[in-house]
Amino acid sequence: MLQQFRAFVKKEILHIWRDKRTLFILFGMPIVQITLFGFALTNEVKNASIAILDPAKDEMSAKLTSRISASRYFEVERVIVSPSQIDEAFRTGKIKMAVILPPRFSEELLHTNTATVQFITDASDPNVATTLVNYASSIIHDYQQEITQSQLPYTIHTETRMLYNPQLKGAFNFVPGVMAMILLLVCTMMTSISIVKEKETGTMEVLLASPLPPLLIIIAKAIPYLILSFVNIASILLLSVFVLELPIAGSLALLLAESILFTITALTLGLLISTITASQQVAMLISLVGMFLPTLMFSGFMFPIENMPLPLQIISNIIPAKWYYIIVKAVMIKGLNFSFIWKETLILTGMTLLLMALAVRKFKVRLD
Amino acid sequence: MNAISVRNLSKSYTTGKQTVEALCNISLQVAAGELFGIIGPDGAGKTSLLRILATLMQPNAGQASVLGLDTTKDYKAIRQKIGYMPGRFSLYQDLSVEENLDFFATIFKTSIDANYQLIKDIYEQIAPFKKRKAGKLSGGMKQKLALCCALIHKPSLLLLDEPTTGVDVMSRKEFWDMLASLQQQGLTIVVATPYMDEASLCDRIALLDRGNFLEIDTPSGIIANHQSTLWAVKSDNMYQLLQDTRSWSGVTNVFPFGEYLHCSPHSSNTDIKELEAYLLSKKQQQIVVKQIEPQIEDVFMHLMNKHHVS
Repeated sequence: MLQQFRAFVKKEILHIWRDKRTLFILFGMPIVQITLFGFALTNEVKNASIAILDPAKDEMSAKLTSRISASRYFEVERVIVSPSQIDEAFRTGKIKMAVILPPRFSEELLHTNTATVQFITDASDPNVATTLVNYASSIIHDYQQEITQSQLPYTIHTETRMLYNPQLKGAFNFVPGVMAMILLLVCTMMTSISIVKEKETGTMEVLLASPLPPLLIIIAKAIPYLILSFVNIASILLLSVFVLELPIAGSLALLLAESILFTITALTLGLLISTITASQQVAMLISLVGMFLPTLMFSGFMFPIENMPLPLQIISNIIPAKWYYIIVKAVMIKGLNFSFIWKETLILTGMTLLLMALAVRKFKVRLD
Repeated sequence: MNAISVRNLSKSYTTGKQTVEALCNISLQVAAGELFGIIGPDGAGKTSLLRILATLMQPNAGQASVLGLDTTKDYKAIRQKIGYMPGRFSLYQDLSVEENLDFFATIFKTSIDANYQLIKDIYEQIAPFKKRKAGKLSGGMKQKLALCCALIHKPSLLLLDEPTTGVDVMSRKEFWDMLASLQQQGLTIVVATPYMDEASLCDRIALLDRGNFLEIDTPSGIIANHQSTLWAVKSDNMYQLLQDTRSWSGVTNVFPFGEYLHCSPHSSNTDIKELEAYLLSKKQQQIVVKQIEPQIEDVFMHLMNKHHVS
């Protein structure tokens, strides 16, 4: 039995190894996705080009403008001298925001205790515009606090604390999401395709007519993909720790154990898909449309579940990736231990057992 | 003991609202050690029958037992004892010849060395290509490899579904030589084939058409049972000849066979000269008319016509 099993796993590994293109995609995908989400597809605003109009040119205005230009959020594209230049700069799309200081900045501030700084933003992307205004306001607010401290007894404090993500890093959200996505893609899609491929090429007919127990076929099919997804989890975690500088706050062992649980869920899903489809294309389509899209939409990774209408919120509960996403976020980012995620783990385990029972029941020992 | 015993077996497929009868209440006995041929055109039900025997499908009605075991109840035990070769090439194309053979040997809990004697003659022919991927083999080589894989565990019964379809004439002959030598080693072999000329190579054959056995007998027995006069006709315009011959009431069962048309006279009183005279009157040129010995195919056409009429 063990020998049969070994021979089968060896055959599976040979299939994967000889299909170099798929192999490349399987190992390259997590790296590309992490890099893409980490650096390119971020909704953080960094180094936005702005223009500053400072007609006063006194000591206080100079301090303020140098503060803005020193921030990592802004890149002062140009220092303009007349308001007429602002329009032109926006029209050519060179800047995202203009900061306009009043002509007598320090005088106004010292005598009337108020000065107005104007922000003009390119609101064609409202999100970016709001973000920029927020950044700039907070810089000015900081500055205002600093200069008023010595002169006036009352100051206005606004304190914002960003829980878990003080630097507002986007990576905190997407790494768990990418992990769920990759595991689903590798395990669900690849397992279902590799089983259906045997049906399509007719080799399943020979396997079924052989004394191999069907359960052995299933497990042997799953093992190589379990190993493969483990490599993928490792590469995602390494990338996020060393390249994105996102440390794993909780227990690594717990994170890996939960990932293996979700891998098994995904493998079982793949198996279930393979039992109800007869061609590789259909298996791929079901994996993509039936698994990948819901994961993207209902795991909370792209769109917050709390914002969805109630029916969709209810639907999101049957998506295994949602629970895995909650678990990974809790362990990896918040550093929580098992006592906080046992409920999610239980749900995921229950789903896996149910899917497994269904898949084994549906697996046919004959052709019809 | 019979290697195969089939009683009142029926199998139908339902696609949408249509139900196709693949096998209609057929019965069959194959003795141990026999080389048995199931001969019939595409869609006759050959594959359905073999799949039921290989425990891959369940019949809708009736019983089938293989090596004394019921194909539905004891399917696990049967799968240990049979070698099955499906109709299309069903080995791993991305594995080499050696890897395929090794894999199938291992899943049958044996090794290439243990039963090498059985496959030696066949394997020696594909051995020069043992490092080659199975997908890159020629059609004949593929079938030889598939046969090796089906034989590697020393089965008592070999079920072959159209093993020579798409294989060149030389390889076909070699393949049948191999089957003959396997049979001498005590194997029971059931071959499904659409090639009528392969019928004479079997001990007994069953003619299968649209799910019904037309006749089960030895090849010579089948020909002897239908000893009727058979004529072969040829002219320079074969298409016109077919039309003309079919329109003449003196003959029946007219069908093209190689470069000739075959037909049988309606009654034994009809003389072959009458046909020639009729064709001459139709202005056919270079007419050749002769009486011939019927082949399996002639009998098959005859039986098929009779079956359809009734």
